[in-house]
Amino acid sequence: MRAMVYRGPYKIRVEEKDIPRIEHPNDAIVRVTTAAICGSDLHLYHGLMPDTRVGSTFGHEFVGVVHDVGPSVRNLAVGDRVMVPFNIYCGTCFFCARGLYSNCHNVNPNATAVGGIYGYSHTTGGYDGGQAEYVRVPFADVGPTIVPDWMDEEDAVLCTDALATGYFGAQLADIVEGDVVVVFGAGPVGLFAARSAWLMGAGRVIVVDHLDDRLEMARTFAYAETVNFTQHKDIVVEMKRTTGWLGADRVIDAVGAEADGNLLQHVTGVQLKLQGGSPIALNWAIDSVRKGGTVSVMGAYGPLFNAVKFGDALNKGLTLRMNQAPVKRQWPRLFEHMRSGYLKPNDIVTHRIPLEHIAEGYHIFSAKLDGCIKPLVVPGAA
Amino acid sequence: MPYTADKPPLPETSEQLRARIPGWGADLDPADRPSYPREVRGLETGAHWDLPEQQQEHQPRERSMEHARLTPVFGTSVPLKGLSGAVRRFAYQRFSEGRAAHWLLLIAADRVDAVESHLASFATLRPDNPVTETGVLAEPSHHPLRSRAGRVDVRHQVLDPIVVVGPWVLGGVVIYRGVRAAVRRARS
Repeated sequence: MRAMVYRGPYKIRVEEKDIPRIEHPNDAIVRVTTAAICGSDLHLYHGLMPDTRVGSTFGHEFVGVVHDVGPSVRNLAVGDRVMVPFNIYCGTCFFCARGLYSNCHNVNPNATAVGGIYGYSHTTGGYDGGQAEYVRVPFADVGPTIVPDWMDEEDAVLCTDALATGYFGAQLADIVEGDVVVVFGAGPVGLFAARSAWLMGAGRVIVVDHLDDRLEMARTFAYAETVNFTQHKDIVVEMKRTTGWLGADRVIDAVGAEADGNLLQHVTGVQLKLQGGSPIALNWAIDSVRKGGTVSVMGAYGPLFNAVKFGDALNKGLTLRMNQAPVKRQWPRLFEHMRSGYLKPNDIVTHRIPLEHIAEGYHIFSAKLDGCIKPLVVPGAA
Repeated sequence: MPYTADKPPLPETSEQLRARIPGWGADLDPADRPSYPREVRGLETGAHWDLPEQQQEHQPRERSMEHARLTPVFGTSVPLKGLSGAVRRFAYQRFSEGRAAHWLLLIAADRVDAVESHLASFATLRPDNPVTETGVLAEPSHHPLRSRAGRVDVRHQVLDPIVVVGPWVLGGVVIYRGVRAAVRRARS
């Protein structure tokens, strides 16, 4: 089969690999029909995530058709069209039994601090991902769901992470009617979080970024006010000013490890890998939220320490909430919102790239060329 | 204002927002939010086991020392190999996830892995090609100047080529010096 293969920081290519095989009785093999590149894939691409091995295949957002199933699989059959959450989880461990699917304890031998994720380094379990023609899907009776007939393929692939994560991030912010919500980052997760904040009754939604294409999308797709932080000497002061010097009630960090805006943090966190990423957006969130407010962290960070302003968080009495999204818990309600016309996920897709050209796709996304917000990958489309 | 008890007035009322934004307030009641409360029991997951069957371990599988056992299911992509594999194995066997040394060793092993793999690729019919593999061939057709105009991150991107090309230059220098030293020794 053809598969994207990591060759070292900033380098990938497409190689011929063996089709994955059933390795556990509840495995399925899925033929991928559409995948996506996630902003967090760029952390791997840039060499930021520990134990990212040359030869591994990335990709945790994908949909496809069941090609083979293990002997204990009951809920899927060959030929089913499925959408697969980015979480790999068993469904029965202490954490899964409480709905914490992203924190499953039975799928990642390499670390206890993170669950299992497709194509996201050995730190999340050493599974190959879906930017390939085929992928192994463990616990096929638990994670995958048959794509509803009414659902578009591209909408389905966005449900596997970006939409579910943005929606989950807005929930973690504990929004009540009339809250002022600031979202740092107008990438896919930030856009979906901003859009979801309205569902929960926000009174104002303000999206902060530095890329004009993305801010335009925040205005049109997410109905948000926008602020370009490069046009302000100090974005925290601007956030205070625009909220009547109170600070926002809720702030969502949808940027994560590769934030720009502070040279020292960026160089130590991103270029030199001396932190688990650059926590610029998180620090802005802590300083921009009002006392007693909530910061919801959806941006991905690495497992190393970060230079985070915990003193401010303590002194302001903040609630910090975060987790990888338990994707499948979000789906029933998200599907209702999609059917009601409240959400149309693939409105944010900007690029569709054949698998054979995925090296160019990563570069376009990483360098943010051509207003790239969300690239999809299509196997066999070259 | 923060100096009185009142919250600054909002630009639009809830009724205006409901009329303007599709779905506004649909999840106003926390009970409608699927992750509220965060921990719940009794969700139907599709699992039909208490403890999953154990996936077969065909070769020793490295694991965090914070795990009591090998997890029932695990990834089998790219097993440990070479010098990078030795460093990774050491990181897993010696240091818990709570130690910075664990992660810093794994990151160091990643860099060793890249160098090892680049060198090994030269012994294959498909050596690494930094031009095609970095995707820079997409630049001319994707508005490289217009896309970057006025962006705050561009000043950081000048470091990217150093990160990418630097190890190659460094490797070349090391090889050149090594060969030169060997030749000098052979001559003397």
